Amino acid sequence: MTIMEMQKGGYGRQVEEKVEVDISPELDRGAAKLETRNLKAGFGTSEVLKGISLSFKEKSITAIMGPSGCGKTTFIRCLNRIHELTPGATVSGEVLLDGEDIYAPNVDSVAVRRKIGMIFQKPNPFPMMSVYDNAAAGLKLNGVRDRKVLDEVVERSLKMAFLWDEVKGELKKSGAALSGGQQQRLCIARALAVQPEVLLMDEPASALDPTATAKIEEAMAELKKDYTIVIVTHNLQQAARVSDYTAFLYLGELIEYGVTDRLFENPREQLTERYITGKFG
Amino acid sequence: MEKLKLPTGVARRRRVVNLIFTALVFLAVLLAMVPLILILGEVVARGAPVISWKFLTSLPTPPEIAGGGIANALLGTFTMVGIATLISVPLGVGAGIFFSEWPESRLSFLSSFLNDVLAEFPSIVIGIFVYIVVVLTTKTFSALAGALALAIIMTPIIARTTEESLKLVPRTLREGSMALGVSRARTVTGVVISTGRAGLATGILLAIARAAGETAPLILTALGSTYYASGLMQPTAALSLLIYTYAISPFRDWQADAWGAALILVLLMLAINLLTKLTIGRKFAAVRAEI
Repeated sequence: MTIMEMQKGGYGRQVEEKVEVDISPELDRGAAKLETRNLKAGFGTSEVLKGISLSFKEKSITAIMGPSGCGKTTFIRCLNRIHELTPGATVSGEVLLDGEDIYAPNVDSVAVRRKIGMIFQKPNPFPMMSVYDNAAAGLKLNGVRDRKVLDEVVERSLKMAFLWDEVKGELKKSGAALSGGQQQRLCIARALAVQPEVLLMDEPASALDPTATAKIEEAMAELKKDYTIVIVTHNLQQAARVSDYTAFLYLGELIEYGVTDRLFENPREQLTERYITGKFG
Repeated sequence: MEKLKLPTGVARRRRVVNLIFTALVFLAVLLAMVPLILILGEVVARGAPVISWKFLTSLPTPPEIAGGGIANALLGTFTMVGIATLISVPLGVGAGIFFSEWPESRLSFLSSFLNDVLAEFPSIVIGIFVYIVVVLTTKTFSALAGALALAIIMTPIIARTTEESLKLVPRTLREGSMALGVSRARTVTGVVISTGRAGLATGILLAIARAAGETAPLILTALGSTYYASGLMQPTAALSLLIYTYAISPFRDWQADAWGAALILVLLMLAINLLTKLTIGRKFAAVRAEI
């Protein structure tokens, strides 16, 4: 039973069965762009996520934080159906994009991923492609040939990723020849080029130095104006700096979810408090 | 500083042991190279005097008649290896892609296993198979039969090397492409193959080198000839067949020609292997850049 169903089916009746109902009281649920309902996932027989219900507000940044092994990466990989590409991966529950379940039968996972883009932990530009081709990859691989369109998209995406000024003179250079931070911003540009609605970021700065991290965070603050962003991080300061909402996961379960400032200043759960004060994790 | 120094006895012992093992490794390398150097030396010493432009461009002559060459054998080898490459590259690369990119398919697992079995088949057995299926049916030895036998030898090699080089392409690149809303098939053709293409080229070159040197399957299929073949459906000469026939013949000039042909074949192999090394060099450069 999930939040939406409870609202439809009568709040009071269900509340005893499900305590998680009131887990994110600060959220205006009407504005949810993306929502999970009792999402369970794992590999083979081991269950990593034990039923997570969360909603992500449109044009905001939501941070998913938690100690290593809490399932945050598995969780975010379920949101654009990348998780299921891993051999042996299992998933159940619902993920709603604008109210439509992306795991429903007959839903094209390829179309889902075009609407929900992803940035990975390790920068993964295509090594045999130039900076230009990397930024244009999503369009080119989907058959766009029009040079004018491509030029436009490449420039716009690279600008949005705060990378244009650094690479505009060397668009023909291999994408793999850039620095780590530039590579990651190239990957952000690549994801933006296909004009997704949601951007998932799986610890996008964990392999980068503080300067490169700052640039990524700067880009995120701009992107928030147009995109719904979900970021996984094990860096508490980063979660506090960039996000509007924060969810705390522990051992595959959602412990607490709320407005970032409130959650950090006044955590309701003891586990959350212990985590953000550095007592474990 | 004193504490960092080893006792003199220990230091000396380490130096001696190090010296002994370095010497042993060096000796092993030398021993392993002895056959290679002996063979190469012998082939060059005996083959080089025979080789001339005329040798490469003339037809064979009967024993004891001077001026014989290997032109038809060169042409036959190029023709048959060429046709075999045209057949085996699409088949082998296609199978390799299937093994690497759709490993969850049961058909993929089964055919991958059978591919290994085929790769281990004695080449003479493949020759007999083509003899029965093609030569007996068409009632003639032919370049086509020879090419088919070579293609059967090349295909599993290409399939295996394709699979291995595509498996080296990091999964993160596949996910990066899929996350852009690119289909699995387009991810394979647009990202995976282009990243692993140097490995693919290497596998194809190695298979060509292997086919160019094969003798046994050609005895039963192409047979050999002393003339230019006027089509694909005629007995056809090949370098390896010519070397085999000439080397076991009792005639001194034929035996000398066999050395010449052997040197040409060795040089061809060397060229292919050099080309392979160059593509591998590029591949590693790409992988390094990616890490």
